[in-house]
Amino acid sequence: MSGSLLTPNLVGLCRSLTEILLGIVKAIFDALSLPGLGSWFMSPGVVVFFTYLIATLVMVMWAALVNLLSVMWVERKLYSRIQDRRGIMLGVPWPWSKKYKRGMTNLGWGFLQNIADGVKLLQKENITPASADKLLFHAAPAIIVSSTIMVFAVFPFSENFYYTKVALGVLFVLAALSLGPFAIILAGYSSNNKYTLIGGLRAAAMMLSYEIPLILCVVAVVLLSGTLDPFQMVAVQERPLLGTIVPSWNVFSPPQMLGFVIFFIALVAELERIPFDIPEADAELVEGWTTEYGGMRFGFLFGFKWLRAFAGAGLLVILYLGGWNGPVFATFSVLGYPIPILPQEFWFLLKTYLVVMVIIWISWSIPRVRADQVLKIGWNRLIPLALLTILGAAVFKTMGWF
Amino acid sequence: MAEFWVNMGPQHPMTHGLWNLRIKVDGETIVDAEPIIGYLHRGVEKISEVREFQKVIVLTDRLCYVSSITWSHAYCLAVEELMGIEIPERGKYLRVISLEIQRIASHLMWLAAFGADIGLLTMLLYALRERELFLDLIEIMAGLRLNSNYTRVGGVRNDVPADFEKSCQRVIAHFLKKLDEYEDMMENSKTFLMRTQGIGKLSKEDAINWGVTGPNLRGSGADVDLRRTIPYEVYDQIDWEPAIEKDCDCYARSIVRMREMRESCKIVLDALKKMPPGPYRMKPPRRAEGEAFRATEDSRGEALFYVAADGDDRPYRVKIRSPIFCTLAAVPQMMRGHKVADVVSIMGSIDICVGEIDK
Amino acid sequence: MGVEEQALAKLRERFPKLLLESGSVRPGVGRVKIDRKDLVEICFYLKEELGYEHLSCISAVDWRDRYECVYHFTRYSDGSMFQVNAIIPHDDPHIESLCKFWRSATYPERESYDLMGIVFDHQPDLRRILLPPDYRFFPLRKDFPQEVDRQYISRRKLKTGGV
Repeated sequence: MSGSLLTPNLVGLCRSLTEILLGIVKAIFDALSLPGLGSWFMSPGVVVFFTYLIATLVMVMWAALVNLLSVMWVERKLYSRIQDRRGIMLGVPWPWSKKYKRGMTNLGWGFLQNIADGVKLLQKENITPASADKLLFHAAPAIIVSSTIMVFAVFPFSENFYYTKVALGVLFVLAALSLGPFAIILAGYSSNNKYTLIGGLRAAAMMLSYEIPLILCVVAVVLLSGTLDPFQMVAVQERPLLGTIVPSWNVFSPPQMLGFVIFFIALVAELERIPFDIPEADAELVEGWTTEYGGMRFGFLFGFKWLRAFAGAGLLVILYLGGWNGPVFATFSVLGYPIPILPQEFWFLLKTYLVVMVIIWISWSIPRVRADQVLKIGWNRLIPLALLTILGAAVFKTMGWF
Repeated sequence: MAEFWVNMGPQHPMTHGLWNLRIKVDGETIVDAEPIIGYLHRGVEKISEVREFQKVIVLTDRLCYVSSITWSHAYCLAVEELMGIEIPERGKYLRVISLEIQRIASHLMWLAAFGADIGLLTMLLYALRERELFLDLIEIMAGLRLNSNYTRVGGVRNDVPADFEKSCQRVIAHFLKKLDEYEDMMENSKTFLMRTQGIGKLSKEDAINWGVTGPNLRGSGADVDLRRTIPYEVYDQIDWEPAIEKDCDCYARSIVRMREMRESCKIVLDALKKMPPGPYRMKPPRRAEGEAFRATEDSRGEALFYVAADGDDRPYRVKIRSPIFCTLAAVPQMMRGHKVADVVSIMGSIDICVGEIDK
Repeated sequence: MGVEEQALAKLRERFPKLLLESGSVRPGVGRVKIDRKDLVEICFYLKEELGYEHLSCISAVDWRDRYECVYHFTRYSDGSMFQVNAIIPHDDPHIESLCKFWRSATYPERESYDLMGIVFDHQPDLRRILLPPDYRFFPLRKDFPQEVDRQYISRRKLKTGGV
């Protein structure tokens, strides 16, 4: 089903845009009677460079601006409603609303609140503790931010909305997400603070023990799908299930149901959400490993937690819930381009945001699990179950049942 | 592995007040603990020697700001014993009603802080939402929500309006339904049980020897409730049962407080029915001489006031016995051998209010 | 005979010469007044023989010619309480500590030392608890001036003699 919104794909669209823009530049230079410079601008190397520049910009802005702000808004509104209050309300009010007076900031849907918080953090002083290890202290936020955005280089949002196609896409995503704990340990150690050291070490122990069930479940999925490429994986899940019209998402097969649950729990632990948020337990360790950071450095560490949640949820959707599969009800063409009514991006984002909402729901309803109990769950319960999943998947594969 | 001292406080988001707890950790295990208090010492005992008997109530209200009516009431009982007066029946019933409503509000504050400590941040908002209803009831009675200045030596300050009984019944009916929900949230949550069962054990003999009283002692299996053991006011005419649990750990103490909230609701409704009409306040004598003491059951334990006077219209010495002050001495023993994350479970289950520790 | 009368009778029979005053405060509460050197004997007897297992409170009072350390005990089995006033001379504020019988005595004794200056002998950990460790005075003593005495007194209050 070619139900994607972008044809042919993101890089192709950016290339067309670049050619238009560089054509304008060439025309300007031609008019200024500098034809050599103008044709240099249209040479293939420069066009490719600008194409990828614009594509990178679009992808980073889509991921780190639009999606990050949306996930933050969803979280803050959802947990406020769970707690029986209205939540963030700073938005642009309807000008014709009867209750509006000039300067009122509590009418609205709340989508400007996160930007306001970002501006507040930007204008604060970036304090570095005097006896902190300066190189590591400054490097830790940079590593977290860059490793999280790196995920979106290979992360497909639909058949045509991707930056590059890599044959080992899922492996790349997992590896990029695993750089996070490394930066957490760096931040905890370099802050020269007993609390952050405890937080960093707790994070190290927890992340290590929960990476293993995560990757074992991915192994089980790979056994059944036969490929690490996200595009192939989603294509495999498009086939109808045993002659019915239901698509055969990976979650519907018995060993993968167990794998889905284990992957979900390991994901909540990897993202440091309550019930597994011991590295930054604010009742015990103030802010945990981010205690010494202030200003926008703290803003980065704090905000990119949600982007990692989005990336993790997206990975879950690709592996188990069929990626961007969904009924495309009609397609009509505009100027020769097919535009579907419910494109694949819509289904992907819907499923991802539903998973994020379930994670938020669980986070705000359950107490925190203690550090040694977290490790006990990870090693004693999740790893044997994950191995069982692999066994089940292997059995299903040899029998050819799925 | 090196052992080092970690300071939890005095600036800490969740230590229920201004005090410092130094713990000696060996990795994640606690080896020793030492509370450091005195940041909130206001000299209440010294100031009450220059104020007349009625004017000290303003000070005793602010001793424990979460449960203020119980402290003023204990002081009034001691001074009435000193002067040898007996207050009218309606005054006693009004005092009991206000005490029990204040006890429910105090336990709800405990629930909010405890839930937030162990990570269940939603419980903070739910418990504070219910507490607002009870603070509204106190406002109807006394005019203020916190530090309400309601008891006087000789009775209470004013009477309740005619529809107070209906308001109480409405609030309590709504609250009991919600209390079922919160008990469910805590007792049926595996994570909560993992965090609180087996943590912070204090056996009955140890508890009595360390001077622990109140819900902390009842969680260790001792059948001691000062409202039943040494009855004061009209508690012996109302039908209620103290809540006792045998397990001696944080979970037992939490369950004791939840059940106490239910019993307090029963006491309020019963007292409203049995309240006789008549005067609620009498004029006490201006001067007094001698010494007297009275022990009452505060929300956190045994609050004892010892008042000595030498014939002047001010007290000569007011001594305040705070329940949590004595419980803090037992805290290092409760904490040894547990992990750093258990500090908040134990501190939360003891229900610390620093105002009464530091006087 | 009330509960406290029985306890008082047993005390009078066991320590006939040590009780300076003894009597009943109200039904269920007895009171004795002793000198400071007999404190340990009497409290031990109260705990072991008479079963007063809970030490509620230790208060220190500064009557201007003597100090008094007032102990309150509770017996949970029948709800009776007992008060022991121990007289301490004004120029030698030492008294024996009760920590080895009731561990609940540690913090109240530290508080009495901190605020009133009464030194408890053989206390395992006698240091200031509420005030800073290097504070030089004992505030609850009567010769430590009150806030109102130390304030600037306005001319109007001086004329009328009000506080």
